[in-house]
Amino acid sequence: MKKLIILCAIVFMFSFTSHARNQISVVGSSTVYPFSTVVAENFGRDTGMKTPKIESTGSGGGMKLFCAGLGVNHPDITNSSRRIKKSELEKCSKAGIEVVEIKVGYDGIVIANSKKSEKFNLSKRDIFLALAKDVPEGNAEGGKLIPNPNKTWKEVNSNLPDIKIEVLGPPPTSGTRDAFNELAIEGGCKTFPNLKAIKKEDKKKYKAICRAVREDGVYIEAGENDNLIVQKLAENKNALGVFGFSFLAENEDKIQGSNIDGNEPTFENIASKAYPVSRPLYFYIKNAHVDVIPGIREFVEAYTSDDAFGPDGYLSERGLIPMPDEEREFFRKSGQEMIILDKL
Amino acid sequence: MNRILSKSQNIENSTNKRHRKEKRFKSLCLGAVIVAILFLIILLSSLAYKGLSGFTKTTIQIPIYFNEEIIDPENTRDIAVINKASFRKIFKQSLLQKFPEAKDNRKMYRNISKIFSRGSTYLLKKMVLDDISLIGKTINVDLISSSTIDQLRKNNINIKVPESDRPVSDATLKIYDQLNTEGVIKKRLNFSFFKYGDSRNPEEAGILGALLGSMFTLIITLLLSFPIGVLTAIYLEEFAPKNKFTYFIEININNLAAVPSIVFGLLGLAIFLNFFGLPRSVPLTGGLVLTLMTLPTVIISSRASLKAVPPTIREAALGLGASKLQAVFNHVVPSAAPGMFTGTIIGMARALGETAPLLLMGMVAFIVEVPTSIFDPATVLPAQIYLWADSPERGFVEKTSAAIIVLVLFLIIMNSLAIWLRRKFEVRW
Repeated sequence: MKKLIILCAIVFMFSFTSHARNQISVVGSSTVYPFSTVVAENFGRDTGMKTPKIESTGSGGGMKLFCAGLGVNHPDITNSSRRIKKSELEKCSKAGIEVVEIKVGYDGIVIANSKKSEKFNLSKRDIFLALAKDVPEGNAEGGKLIPNPNKTWKEVNSNLPDIKIEVLGPPPTSGTRDAFNELAIEGGCKTFPNLKAIKKEDKKKYKAICRAVREDGVYIEAGENDNLIVQKLAENKNALGVFGFSFLAENEDKIQGSNIDGNEPTFENIASKAYPVSRPLYFYIKNAHVDVIPGIREFVEAYTSDDAFGPDGYLSERGLIPMPDEEREFFRKSGQEMIILDKL
Repeated sequence: MNRILSKSQNIENSTNKRHRKEKRFKSLCLGAVIVAILFLIILLSSLAYKGLSGFTKTTIQIPIYFNEEIIDPENTRDIAVINKASFRKIFKQSLLQKFPEAKDNRKMYRNISKIFSRGSTYLLKKMVLDDISLIGKTINVDLISSSTIDQLRKNNINIKVPESDRPVSDATLKIYDQLNTEGVIKKRLNFSFFKYGDSRNPEEAGILGALLGSMFTLIITLLLSFPIGVLTAIYLEEFAPKNKFTYFIEININNLAAVPSIVFGLLGLAIFLNFFGLPRSVPLTGGLVLTLMTLPTVIISSRASLKAVPPTIREAALGLGASKLQAVFNHVVPSAAPGMFTGTIIGMARALGETAPLLLMGMVAFIVEVPTSIFDPATVLPAQIYLWADSPERGFVEKTSAAIIVLVLFLIIMNSLAIWLRRKFEVRW
């Protein structure tokens, strides 16, 4: 009897190792999640196939799962709010995985505040001086680096209002934060020639200076939940918040996006790249799974149709900034022919 | 004599002081209770305030003409033909009949179609598939409004700000007002919230998928953790020799109860997914991980309730010639059962609220299909709440609170079950 039970348990456990899967499994970025899920839902309804299962694991976590191996227990597609890294691509190819890259569009990162207060006109340099850990003494070019002493926006730039610097934003685990550090803070850092010069000498030191955010309570890590930041901004009119463009688009009756380098964070400005803080969004397909797991080809086709990621597509209604025509055409072709990404 | 007198005098003098002390302590305790109740009231009322509107939806009644030429021109009444028919055309045709002024005005048509849920065409298709005799008829259909209109009716959108800053345009507002005066806009209880799985359109999103996912996961957890936990407790308490080895096991179980749940998630990822190769995102694996997490709780509370059974019961049974096994199973365990049930249900309640370990098992995911077994991909209630709370669409704010209400109700039901079981099996000594 006892042996029988143990045997049953073992058979039970291993009976799943080779089970078939007829549902696409997607993992990856929480920024791409809202777009992929919309495509998945429409795909399921239009084709009558099973709606793909989409996990929100973060870009890095998604890549790790994706590159872990081939077979039904591994995901077919991973979303990413940044391009695949060289190390990740190597890991994938070591596991025998060929990767197809599809860019889906752009996402703007906005710095917004309550409608009740004045709209901010920031430059990247202002953002750097307000939020970096160390800044040049006297905020002047060539100054010695000291821990950021700036308390109000006026100290940063005399054209800005005389209110306390208070910025709510995502924690370091977030892809939004990575992009914000790289594009906005480092972008401001680069405007100081002596800091920019460090890049050539010591890349590590340069990154430590130009991407570090101050930790003295001025930049408040408000968690991954962007809705929460929006709610806090509506209550606290002196605070600014950092989050994805889709949350601004959805709440424009309560909050306004600050201009950066004179450009308003609007759909058009982000699409034309006039607005400087935006990043591309991707997804990656496991080539060996195509035609094995039913529906991958059709799902990619639905994603790269103009109905979805085109200028008037339903993803643009959700806040995805579409790519220019040629770029869309290029990635649509990559998806149709499953063009493999062999090197970056 | 004098000394005795002064002592009683002293006691008398201090009586007031001691009474005052007692009073102070009592009022402090009462204060603590009041604060706790106050917080509970604030929590529940803010949930109700934000979430109750999530259980209603807005419908708009529109006559829909199920044009036979579009749905099934050859009169085959074949499901496959109907499935392929363009219900978008049916929808558009009926809308244009209702609003003839939008006929050659693309922009206006877009404004009008924005009033209705993105799922309207699928609803029409489903209606026809359910009742083929509808083809060729015109019927007044209560279409679900879009989330924006729903939020507008619930006064969650500030219409005083300039047009460019709000999600509804002036043109849409005008049509909304026109429909409102016609009286075709109605507020309905949102039963579909309990009938469907997740959706990315707030007006169509339902909780059933997550509810069933939670239920399947908990069933697995219960089926495994209750027998294993109770048997472990009985063995350790009644049969195991008291030596260093059992002492070591005991300490480990107590320590495991304090381990953060994410650690169990990592363990589950390594063992169940990577080693045994069980499928991701299914209630089976989720339940296995939660079993690991609840086992220590079940074991500890079962042991405590076994310990609480007076030794006289055991001794009396043994004295009357019962074997050890008979004494334990016929006398000790029945008396300890209420405590074991309570402990198990408290463990289950904790498992119900867990997301961290399930994140690693792939259960924090967008899953539209409602699971029908423990092998279907599913998400659980707290994971669903987390996903909705993170969605940009404003309609999800109230859905989040509504889902929390469902979760809290689930918990209340489980806890009342625990109380009922305890009452039913309780033995007083």
